[in-house]
Amino acid sequence: MSSATTPAAGGGFYRLAERFGWAVAGIGLVAGVWFLAGLWLAANPTTKTFTAFGLIPTLQAFPELWAAGKIQAAAAASGYRLGMGLLIAIAIGAPIGVLMGRIKWFNNYTNSPFQFLRMISPLAWMPLAVLVFSTWNGSIIFLIAIASVWPVMFATAAGLAKVDPAWFKVARNLGAKPWHMLTKVIMPAIMFDVLSGIRLALGVAWIVLVPAEYLGVTSGLGYAIEDARETLSYNHLTALVVTIGIIGYFLDGILVALIKRASWHRGGVS
Amino acid sequence: MAIRGTEIKIEGLTHRYTPRSPVTFNRVDLVSPPGEALAIIGRSGCGKSTLLHILAGILKPTEGRVLLDGTAIEAPAPRWVMMFQAPHLFPWMTVSQNVGVGLSFGRWSKQETAERVTEAIKLVELEPWADNNVQDLSGGQQQRVALARSLVMEPELLLLDEPFSALDAFTRSSLQKDVRSIAKRKGFNIVFVTHDIDEAVIMGDRAVIMAGSPGNIVHELDIDLPDPRERTDAAVQALRTRLMTMFQEAANYKKPESATLA
Repeated sequence: MSSATTPAAGGGFYRLAERFGWAVAGIGLVAGVWFLAGLWLAANPTTKTFTAFGLIPTLQAFPELWAAGKIQAAAAASGYRLGMGLLIAIAIGAPIGVLMGRIKWFNNYTNSPFQFLRMISPLAWMPLAVLVFSTWNGSIIFLIAIASVWPVMFATAAGLAKVDPAWFKVARNLGAKPWHMLTKVIMPAIMFDVLSGIRLALGVAWIVLVPAEYLGVTSGLGYAIEDARETLSYNHLTALVVTIGIIGYFLDGILVALIKRASWHRGGVS
Repeated sequence: MAIRGTEIKIEGLTHRYTPRSPVTFNRVDLVSPPGEALAIIGRSGCGKSTLLHILAGILKPTEGRVLLDGTAIEAPAPRWVMMFQAPHLFPWMTVSQNVGVGLSFGRWSKQETAERVTEAIKLVELEPWADNNVQDLSGGQQQRVALARSLVMEPELLLLDEPFSALDAFTRSSLQKDVRSIAKRKGFNIVFVTHDIDEAVIMGDRAVIMAGSPGNIVHELDIDLPDPRERTDAAVQALRTRLMTMFQEAANYKKPESATLA
């Protein structure tokens, strides 16, 4: 028997410290380039107006925005829209993906229209969304949902196509009902692929969110950026852009951790 | 874990996969008494695995029926459980979770599930690995988990479709003896399909040979040997030779006919 090896506690700490070190070094490099670019902007008379885009003014803007509650309010509004959009995308995309992966005729029937719809830029739906939905929030949530539904749907279908048909035979043989097939076989088997799809969907949704919030809403990170641009508060603008990056990085990190947890592939079981 | 055997009655069983495909086997009749270990041997394509799948309720016969103590088998059920060629374990689960998965499909209390799982794991001697992910185990150990997963259901009939064919000789030999020993201790029936004459003699109380196209039972042999059985025993060798001769005769078998073997 080949038993699983448990890494020594010291080794685990070393690896974590090493990863943290690389992350700090990478971010440090970006910050360094940004700092130098800020100095260059300040030193050049033609670009001096834009000095507020530099690292130091941006860092100074954070406490101001935080104290005014602007970051929290914008993040909460955007988070709500993102969460609702993703939730709708998962609620629609995952079950349809299961049907696509499990029923051949359904896959054949839907593949072309879905591939066609997937190729339409989510932002191209914007005028239609504004007409159909009575609120700006509704339009933005729709745009996020339509952008994120495809990665969830296709990743779920691809995950199901990889499921060993023998697992269904074994489960049936042991008395599994359709509900058990779903909860005990299908869901754990494809969770890795579904979460990978959600991770891709999150990336797309995050990209769509900001331009979508340039629509008529008066809240959210996209609106706050637009507002900062119009009031020429460039350091606020860059601080908000950085905030978007931080939140996106954090959310992606959560999904990576969930994907690692859901992953069972080791290639050892027939 | 109290298990009892069952009388298996196969009556006029005929199968074809589709109305246009050739008949797999034609009007097979067979009776197996409670607690018997029955080996089905034959060349590839004679329908022995199909017969086993019908016994498990996974496939439906075109004609005829299978009765377990008078109850017709029409769908899979915990009373008759099949073990496949490969263990087909759920790789995201531990040994215990895999063993108990069939119970989680039924209405078993947590305590009863835990007790039965522990006993089944003990029966296949995998206690030290109970909490390990099944991917940590060797092929033989994985097949033991599959055996425990079947035994935990306390079946009256255990069906085995060449379950040890992918294992090395030592592991195969040890599992053959273990399965027979557990079945005899618990009293349940075994019906197993094999290409391996030695396996039929070591594990079975009786062997039937299927041949022809469409397939049918053409020979049978009682394997009346004491336990434990060793390959090197003279009596085992003698029965092996007899069975091999029958097998070779069956290989030349041409005309299909049905046979009733009680």
